[in-house]
Amino acid sequence: MATVERGPAIYAGSRIPQPVPTILKADPAIEDVLTVNFGPNHPSTHGVLRLIVDLHGEHVVGLSAVIGYLHTGFEKTMEQKTWWKGVTYPARIDYVSFQYNELVYVLAVEKLLQLEVPRKATWTRMALGELARIHSHLVYLGTAALELGAISMFWYCFRERDLVLDLFELVAGTRMHTRYFQVGGLAEDIPVGFYDEARAFCRRMPQALDEYEGILNSNAIWLERTRGVGVLSAADAIALGQTGPNLRASGVDWDLRRREPYLAYDEVDFDVAVRFGGDVFDRYKVRVDEMRESTRIVAQCLDRLEEMQGEPWIADDRKVVLPPREELHTSMESLIHHFKIVTEGFRVPAGEVYVGIESARGESGCYLVSDGGPRPWRAKFRAPSFAALHATAACCADAAVADLIAIVGSLDAVMGDVDR
Amino acid sequence: MGYESVPGLVETREAFGETTLVVDPARIAEACLHLRDEEAFNLLVDITATDYLGWAEAGVAGYYATAAGRDLNDPAAQGYARVPEPKPKRFTLSYHLLRVADDSARVRVQVWLDDGEAVETVVPVWPTADWHEREAWDMMGIPFTGHPNLTRILMEDDWEGHPLRKDYPIGGEPVRFSEAE
Repeated sequence: MATVERGPAIYAGSRIPQPVPTILKADPAIEDVLTVNFGPNHPSTHGVLRLIVDLHGEHVVGLSAVIGYLHTGFEKTMEQKTWWKGVTYPARIDYVSFQYNELVYVLAVEKLLQLEVPRKATWTRMALGELARIHSHLVYLGTAALELGAISMFWYCFRERDLVLDLFELVAGTRMHTRYFQVGGLAEDIPVGFYDEARAFCRRMPQALDEYEGILNSNAIWLERTRGVGVLSAADAIALGQTGPNLRASGVDWDLRRREPYLAYDEVDFDVAVRFGGDVFDRYKVRVDEMRESTRIVAQCLDRLEEMQGEPWIADDRKVVLPPREELHTSMESLIHHFKIVTEGFRVPAGEVYVGIESARGESGCYLVSDGGPRPWRAKFRAPSFAALHATAACCADAAVADLIAIVGSLDAVMGDVDR
Repeated sequence: MGYESVPGLVETREAFGETTLVVDPARIAEACLHLRDEEAFNLLVDITATDYLGWAEAGVAGYYATAAGRDLNDPAAQGYARVPEPKPKRFTLSYHLLRVADDSARVRVQVWLDDGEAVETVVPVWPTADWHEREAWDMMGIPFTGHPNLTRILMEDDWEGHPLRKDYPIGGEPVRFSEAE
């Protein structure tokens, strides 16, 4: 176990509040406690999060989070929809890294079906997934810096974010919630011109990252407000179920792309960004480093994809996959298959599976139960943001109220993902 | 790799490359402590509750057609032939565990519960279980004994019923600002 963790201990012991791990209770000995309601519509709460904060002077002595404002019942809704229609829903759960939720659902259904996916689809999923990671981290960086007063970062990050969305639009026709991944592969082939645009983006992104770091890395205000703030040790991070950048910033070398390679991550060259401070600054740095690595992965995917011109992008299983559109005019069987899949849906063998992938926020998981019918019996999403928001109370030791904003921003919880 | 020494182990299942350990619900906390300390499953990924009400039966809300109860007017029911095996009890809780280490591994610990049957909390084993258990209580109505703060988490505090149960009606929530008031 210890071999995964590197670097010195961030602090001794545990800072997880007892007995309630996610609620910091104010010490009754402290007088002059002011209780402040923070949210649910505060602009820096990344959605609608409500924090009830007990303040002693400027220091946070008590904290509890109220969530559920964005609870939409996606899991219940998905039980009513066929497997095929269900692809639309996961993307709306974590609306900032939408490709990943779609991907994890599709991978779980394919695991139940034991369906082989053509390699072109696998590599396209990787390329688009890494673009989604860049997109998500750009939203994080822009908003987290904005909340600490660096408004220029917001404009810079959203400039590049728009380029990513342009790429999604080019591929899928929509900028967000693309519904581009299908059970069996992709909805359409990659359009002409995508490779050139994506390469241009890959050339530009490292420069943009240098610009971001140029603005922030030596900015005295940024350093003062992020260094040593909201620290979380490796042991506490694991105990609190942290995954992804939050865990790696605490010195745990853990990345599912490396440890349990899915798609074709064992064939690409990338480094796992790990930092050892466990504070807000290191969480920022891990994400910036990850964007660099993601850009590298996208470039490698493009190299491989260009060799696969003309290859199939979806599995050739007519019981699961919609037939090509042009066949509907000439083939009776294709028309029947199309009709049956759209109205009745395809049936998935009975069983239960769990698939976890490394999304932009950590381990995004999908647990599916099938009774052998055309609808999921149970669909459950393991939301990395749900766990990330957990850690707020443990991070708030010695925090001032202004640090709270930095901490909540750095944990990068997306409320749609938390509330589902 | 064997899990025979897990306390209260009832059954070990392998399917789709995943290991499921079915455990006696009375000994779940003990089993989890064993898995954390002896097998080094240091990270609790998720706790999922599943309602199997109406599994392998027809005519229950949310269930569409078995061989016996096929509704010819429902297109979703056409051609459905396979009846899944009945389940021993109504609910499951599935604990997805992960070993964050160089020899990484995953295991699913599962308990079967009747309606209202309480199960011991695992918050002392993995603090992250706090919100997952509150969610299981809120959505499925599974009570946890010893939980430090077992209140609703996603629904509001005065909500009635547990929405993810199979017998919870769809679209059945009261409308507050309708003209009927």
